[in-house]
Amino acid sequence: MKLRLFPFVAGLLLLAPPASAHLVTSGLGPFYDGALHLLLSPADLLGLLAVTLLAGLRGPQAGRWTVLILPGAWFVAGLIGLHAGIGFDLPWVSVLLLLVLGVMVAADAKLPAGAVAALAGLLGALQGLANGSALAELGAGPVAMLGIAGSAFVLALLVCAAVVSLRPAWTRIAVRAVGSWVAAVGLLMFGWLSQTA
Amino acid sequence: MKRLFIYEPKQLPALAAMAALLLWSMSAWAHVETGQAGGFLSGLAHPVSGLDHVLAMVAVGLWGAQLGRPAIWLLPIAFPLMMAVGGLLGLLGIPLGGVEIGIAVSSVVLGALILGEVRMPVLGAMLVVAFFAVFHGHAHGTELAPGQNAMLYSLGFVIATGTLHAVGIGIGTIHRWDFGRAALRGAGSLVIVGGLVFLWGALA
Repeated sequence: MKLRLFPFVAGLLLLAPPASAHLVTSGLGPFYDGALHLLLSPADLLGLLAVTLLAGLRGPQAGRWTVLILPGAWFVAGLIGLHAGIGFDLPWVSVLLLLVLGVMVAADAKLPAGAVAALAGLLGALQGLANGSALAELGAGPVAMLGIAGSAFVLALLVCAAVVSLRPAWTRIAVRAVGSWVAAVGLLMFGWLSQTA
Repeated sequence: MKRLFIYEPKQLPALAAMAALLLWSMSAWAHVETGQAGGFLSGLAHPVSGLDHVLAMVAVGLWGAQLGRPAIWLLPIAFPLMMAVGGLLGLLGIPLGGVEIGIAVSSVVLGALILGEVRMPVLGAMLVVAFFAVFHGHAHGTELAPGQNAMLYSLGFVIATGTLHAVGIGIGTIHRWDFGRAALRGAGSLVIVGGLVFLWGALA
């Protein structure tokens, strides 16, 4: 009699959805948890993509500075966020920055390398503060923050190197088209934010 | 010996047919998808799900291919940006009259431009495309299902639009051959017919 109930109970157990209440764990410790966190955060990734595309379009010098300043600012601001432990989420500023970066990529704005690096630093600081304060609430430490900054460094390096090395005209145009998509997402996000505000 | 089946062997073909029919049944899709993947997939599917949108977005790519550089890449950049402006207007609650009519007319006008192989200054072409993109964006941008990630919905929605333009540009590469030029103009007439059908539906 009991065995007859077993498939039914097993079916009910399989139906239970995951709770999604905690930081995604990689099973490899806090460093990799942090690294995975960035890879699974589309908003952070989109900002990183926009600023690294811009840096790549502006050449090797802007690319080198961005690759160092972006993760550096991300990590330092993350530590501040971890220490302060206050919610630093500034969605309006992040979306505005996303929009500005997207428009600059789409327009192939001729910014000096220093200005691109400053934008990268600003983005890194904003994302780092938001990540750090969120991690503090979850009880994570600086090692997780190091994982996030490490991931940001690797991704920035890969995107900048790929874009700097683009030679055919159409490939740079494709990068600019992606920039217009980022700007479009930024515009739509303004709408969503105003709806939820 | 115990019997393995409770049915007769001669009934097996009928049972197999019944099993196949059961497997054939479609999912109910009775609930909204939630979470990040749901938002992205929903945004990705949205522009593709309406033939009126597909027609206009592919037509933008076809016209860009006819016009050549720099319109071939400026039009697909202008369209998603202005579509997002339309979406923003919708999200802010700013009404736009005759959205469905505007969408249908966009296909008619773009089809006519392709059929006539009309060449105009790049700025003029961008303005035409941008004007109609606002209607498409207004219709799309506001339809986020509850529980879904707004950023991923927007991202999927914009990527799908860009991909449809790319399909149009890809088809438009036949423009370099004589037969391709004629075929593209023929495609323009099909776009007009499609647009008129949608216009009829919007006005009815």
